[in-house]
Amino acid sequence: MNPPDTAAVAAPEIVIAPPGRWRPVNLRELWAHRELVYFLTKRELQIRYKQSFFGISWAVLQPLTFAAIFAVIIGGVLHYQPPGNLPFLVFAVASIVPWLFTAQAIQGAAGSLVLDANLIAKVYFPRLALPLSKGASLLIDLGIALVLVVVVTLLFGVTIASTAWLVPAFLLLGVVTAFAIGTFLAAVNVKYRDIQLVVPMFVQIMFFASPVLYDGTQVGDQAGQFVHYLYSVNPMASVLDGMRWALFDTPYPGTINILISITSALVILLGGLLYFRRVENFFADVI
Amino acid sequence: MSDTAIEVKGLGKRFDIGETTGGYMLLTEQIAARLRGRGRRPRKQEFWALRDVGFEVEQGEMFGVIGHNGAGKSTLLKILSRITPPTVGEAHLRGRVGALLEVGTGFHPELTGRENVYLNGAILNMKRADIQRRFDEIVEFADVGPFIDTPVKRYSSGMQLRLAFSVAAHLEPEILIVDEVLSVGDMAFQQKCLDRMEGASREGRTIVFISHNLAAVRSLCDRAMLLSRGRVSAIGGVGEVIREYVGEVERDLPRNLRERENRDGSGELRFVDMRLERDGQVIDSPTSGEDIDIVLNYETQGDRAYRTVNFGMTVFSLEDSAPLLNLSSETVGAVFQNVPPRGEVRCRLHNCPLPAGQYFMSIWADLAGEMLDGVHRAFELTVMGGDFYGSGRQPNPDHRTVLVPNEWSVSESSEPELSEPPTDPAYSAKTSA
Repeated sequence: MNPPDTAAVAAPEIVIAPPGRWRPVNLRELWAHRELVYFLTKRELQIRYKQSFFGISWAVLQPLTFAAIFAVIIGGVLHYQPPGNLPFLVFAVASIVPWLFTAQAIQGAAGSLVLDANLIAKVYFPRLALPLSKGASLLIDLGIALVLVVVVTLLFGVTIASTAWLVPAFLLLGVVTAFAIGTFLAAVNVKYRDIQLVVPMFVQIMFFASPVLYDGTQVGDQAGQFVHYLYSVNPMASVLDGMRWALFDTPYPGTINILISITSALVILLGGLLYFRRVENFFADVI
Repeated sequence: MSDTAIEVKGLGKRFDIGETTGGYMLLTEQIAARLRGRGRRPRKQEFWALRDVGFEVEQGEMFGVIGHNGAGKSTLLKILSRITPPTVGEAHLRGRVGALLEVGTGFHPELTGRENVYLNGAILNMKRADIQRRFDEIVEFADVGPFIDTPVKRYSSGMQLRLAFSVAAHLEPEILIVDEVLSVGDMAFQQKCLDRMEGASREGRTIVFISHNLAAVRSLCDRAMLLSRGRVSAIGGVGEVIREYVGEVERDLPRNLRERENRDGSGELRFVDMRLERDGQVIDSPTSGEDIDIVLNYETQGDRAYRTVNFGMTVFSLEDSAPLLNLSSETVGAVFQNVPPRGEVRCRLHNCPLPAGQYFMSIWADLAGEMLDGVHRAFELTVMGGDFYGSGRQPNPDHRTVLVPNEWSVSESSEPELSEPPTDPAYSAKTSA
């Protein structure tokens, strides 16, 4: 070992004391551990794709398979007419890609702490790095899958609307939503292990409550505007309807609805993070 | 600039032991418990794992922390390394802190050695540039060279441990907290690790060394602290604190077995006394290589005679509680059909195979698998060095293993291939005296 730098005089003093109940997220500390987030994300990707035959192409094959099945169900069985007369597969792939990200990120993040219980019990690091890296690794998949959306759209000769530059904004809302819910569930999961059984059920319910297989902008048509507002409390409503609007010029979800969704996502994020930080200190004692 | 690297004041950690004993639970379970208790919270029991702990460590010092299992050593370690917060009190650590808790934490079997080095480094809060700079050194220290790009699931457990320790050993914090890492790996690697810690200390790093291994603490540390039941019971020079620890062990254990409270078994038969004899003379300390008798006195409840009682004892090393010898009457074929209500059991140990050192013994008696009496740490003994092998030579004091008779020879191999089983007298060792 090299001698400690003479700057030891300026070495930070670490004070360990009983924590308060509610603490904000320590962004500076998280930033100091950015390389950890990077390596944990890399680990996720390496493990996910290292030993699979199709490798990274899973990121394309998976949404494509689901989209094909959904296209058959809504087109062939239900005779549903997608908004803006979109071809079934285009509608399905554009809906499935952001949805799969959200579903997988929620489930992945929710299990992330328990999965790395060994690390938590043995080493100190900002615990948020675990759900964060889970989400980050799925963002890579999302990026690849978005290329699929563009390719399928162009193959079917559908024109991409001029508002397409807004797509990342709606996706960002989806990412925030998934991270917020996932982080909250991860913290609850440490204390109550049966949450592991609740999460898949919760995601299933969310699937039907979100406009994945249908056009959510029609929700208010018969039930009234208020119901549509209520519907938009689920941020995924604006994520999916909004993204399709931006990409294909299908019906606009409504500005108030989008604002409701954004507010809702931020409230979940704030609540989730505060809860996470509150119980974070005691993860090592109960895990 | 202050010379104090670690300052701990009034540190305490409380655990609440609920009806479900600690840890996680099921949400449904808790709701059910609340309903049963008509909304009342399940009653909690408090347990202080640490209480009023205060000490200071100077910069560049090597400070040992010793104590029994459950004395609060690992809780202290977890607080100092910020894994868990204290309930009360404060600790000030001046300088970057690195904790060497359990090596291999965070190693992923599917990833290669190289990938794991970077991941593990990041987990221990090393900068990527630092890992890169010292990568070759790390691999060389771990001695896994050609396998660095192989998934670690193909490594032997020894290789995994060496690589994990090597990453941790190349951390360069001002304060290093070490816990029992030296119990891994072979002797040569352990020595390498000890050397490395000594080197780090010479360079002015502060080291807190938490261990069961009194020998290692004695040789590495200048000062030490003894924890018992969560409190500091001694602090000061390492020799003094270790003496205190050994004294505590003795004080905890009344010599008189009759009065020992802490014991297992049904109690129908109880050991009441124990002694060592050599040629019919009571002795305190046997010598390696002598024939000794270990004599246990017992009493039974009532005057019932017991059939087929099995007596046994295990000898442990005092320094690290490692079991060294297991003696059981049943195993050697001695089945006592009728044991008198009060009596004396005698076990003759031929050529006492323990090297010079300190030991403790646990004794038990069972009847068809059912424990009648079991006394852990019933007796402590010091063995004097003797001429076990009749060669006039003493075993290497670093090799703390039991002594068995063995014979060596070398001969020229007549056959080109060595396919013979090792029953060939030239290769066999004589195993009984």
